Amino acid sequence: MASKAFDSTKSDRIFDVFNFIIMTIIMVITLYPFLNVLAISLNDSTDTVRGGIYLWPREFTWENYKTIFSYSSLIQGFKITILRTLSGTVLGLLSGSMLAYTLSRQDFKSRKFISTFLALTMYVSGGLVPTYMLMRHLDLIGTFWIYILPGIVSAFNVFVIRSFIDGLPYALQESATLDGANDFTIYYKVILPLCKPVLATIALFLAVGQWNSWFDTYLYNGNKPHLTTLQFELMKILQSTNQGANMINANDMANQMAQVSPESIKMAITIVVTLPILFVYPFLQRYFVSGMTLGAVKA
Amino acid sequence: MKTLSAQADTRNVSATPEPPKQRKKGIWRTVVRQRYLYMMSVPFVIWLFVFNYLPIWGWTMAFQNYKPSKSFFEQEWVGLKHFVDLFQDERFYLVLRNTLAMSVMGLIAGFVIPIAFAIFLNELRGKYFKRTVQTISYLPHFVSWVVVAGIVTKMLSIDGGIVNEVLLALHIIDEPIQFMAQGKWFWGIVTVSDVWKETGWNAIIYLAAIAGIDRELYEAAKVDGAGRFRQMWNITLPGIRTTISVLLIMSIGHLIGIGFEKQFQLSNSLVTDYSEVLDLYALNYGINISRFSYGTAISMFTSIVSIILLLTANGIMKKTTKESIM
Repeated sequence: MASKAFDSTKSDRIFDVFNFIIMTIIMVITLYPFLNVLAISLNDSTDTVRGGIYLWPREFTWENYKTIFSYSSLIQGFKITILRTLSGTVLGLLSGSMLAYTLSRQDFKSRKFISTFLALTMYVSGGLVPTYMLMRHLDLIGTFWIYILPGIVSAFNVFVIRSFIDGLPYALQESATLDGANDFTIYYKVILPLCKPVLATIALFLAVGQWNSWFDTYLYNGNKPHLTTLQFELMKILQSTNQGANMINANDMANQMAQVSPESIKMAITIVVTLPILFVYPFLQRYFVSGMTLGAVKA
Repeated sequence: MKTLSAQADTRNVSATPEPPKQRKKGIWRTVVRQRYLYMMSVPFVIWLFVFNYLPIWGWTMAFQNYKPSKSFFEQEWVGLKHFVDLFQDERFYLVLRNTLAMSVMGLIAGFVIPIAFAIFLNELRGKYFKRTVQTISYLPHFVSWVVVAGIVTKMLSIDGGIVNEVLLALHIIDEPIQFMAQGKWFWGIVTVSDVWKETGWNAIIYLAAIAGIDRELYEAAKVDGAGRFRQMWNITLPGIRTTISVLLIMSIGHLIGIGFEKQFQLSNSLVTDYSEVLDLYALNYGINISRFSYGTAISMFTSIVSIILLLTANGIMKKTTKESIM
């Protein structure tokens, strides 16, 4: 990149053009589905059935969005999802950073044991049925807490945060100790403020994980309307018609979709569920890139 | 400090007949001194024990005719019966075939494509274009499989799905293909969706590794007359070999435990013979029809095979490339 003189050979220029074209195609393939969904969601739902909507709505309307915000199950799903995203993220950050701090202390006596105890969970798990039975025994099925409690400690997150703390100058902790600070004060006053970049990364991972999860709702709370989440509601709406659509022949399909839940409305829900994440991630990009790298080195 | 207390210990050994007590006191003193560290870690260790280790204890269910109403001591023990049943079930082999087919396809595609993408992205001129490509490539990673499955179904649909439209326009096919309704397409659909969703994300690690390669190597190669492809092949690729090996070992460990999210979301009743994977099989038998012990046996089989695969891959890598994760 430094010396232009060497780069300007003919084959290099061909390569650059070729590379540019490939990358453009990749961008189109990545973005087109989202833009298509957006266009359909902004198109009149009876008109959508005629097909042929690509990047731009043919009969523009906000009607689909107005309709879905009148679905009470969806509003409830929103509330539960926001609640679990907020509490899951906060508790996950707290546990991850506390545990990571203790594990970063070379003089901590139980450090080795806890590290191993934690690392093993990444490779061995009891599996679906034993976990389900445990939740039954703990009486967590049918409660909101089942979304939060099982996932509070994540080995991967702890190791990422620990790698970051390991990179901080130890002198800061030492001088705090000399000033009479105890271990908890050092964690709270010295370590936490310095960890902001890595905590932003982990917060994004945790929040996205919570926002996107559907399986715990399906498995434990599927029949509890006041506890179902957004992704689960979306899944029900998308799947009911897909499965039906596959059964019947092509001619009936258009009618069927128009009756059950119009294509445009399904796409509007998809956009609403996806939008919050699309707004957040580009701003956190520089953090999570370095966070992923830290995780890869250590874990 | 450490040596002093050790000396004190040895002196006490000769003086008093009960040295263990003295040692215990030493441990207690450390615990008290580091009490805040313990207060910050022990609750989470208990947490891990309950939510991650107790389920492993649940493996005992695989050797019982487990009844949820009875206590552990009242359960009927049946030895390996459920494993025998499992290995005699034809469905099990079908499910194992699906699992291995999709994981091997996913492993190959999910490995080659992100590496290639990272290498080509790294060669891209123009800082802003590179940034834009990268930001867009992450986007699908942040979207749930529920949404991805909805999008994939839309793109592949026979009326107005872009894939069929393009294939028709290019005269590759004469009639739209019902992708989602035929089992033979399912493995491919899962693999391609996964590539679409995760390529950009998986490339992050390789990009970081590439950034760590010494720039002078490229300059030297240019002086020697190496073209761009030669540089990619002879400098970039060897430069990220360690990263590739480590990630490969971890992926091999997950060959059999590939999860079920994408299969669950993308499948429908017409393609179950191609879409059911081990975890879904465990879900269907273990929970949906309450054969708890049988479902546990399936999970246990998956976990144990995963660990064996992980250790084997690690061992082979250690011998051949001197890279390992343990």
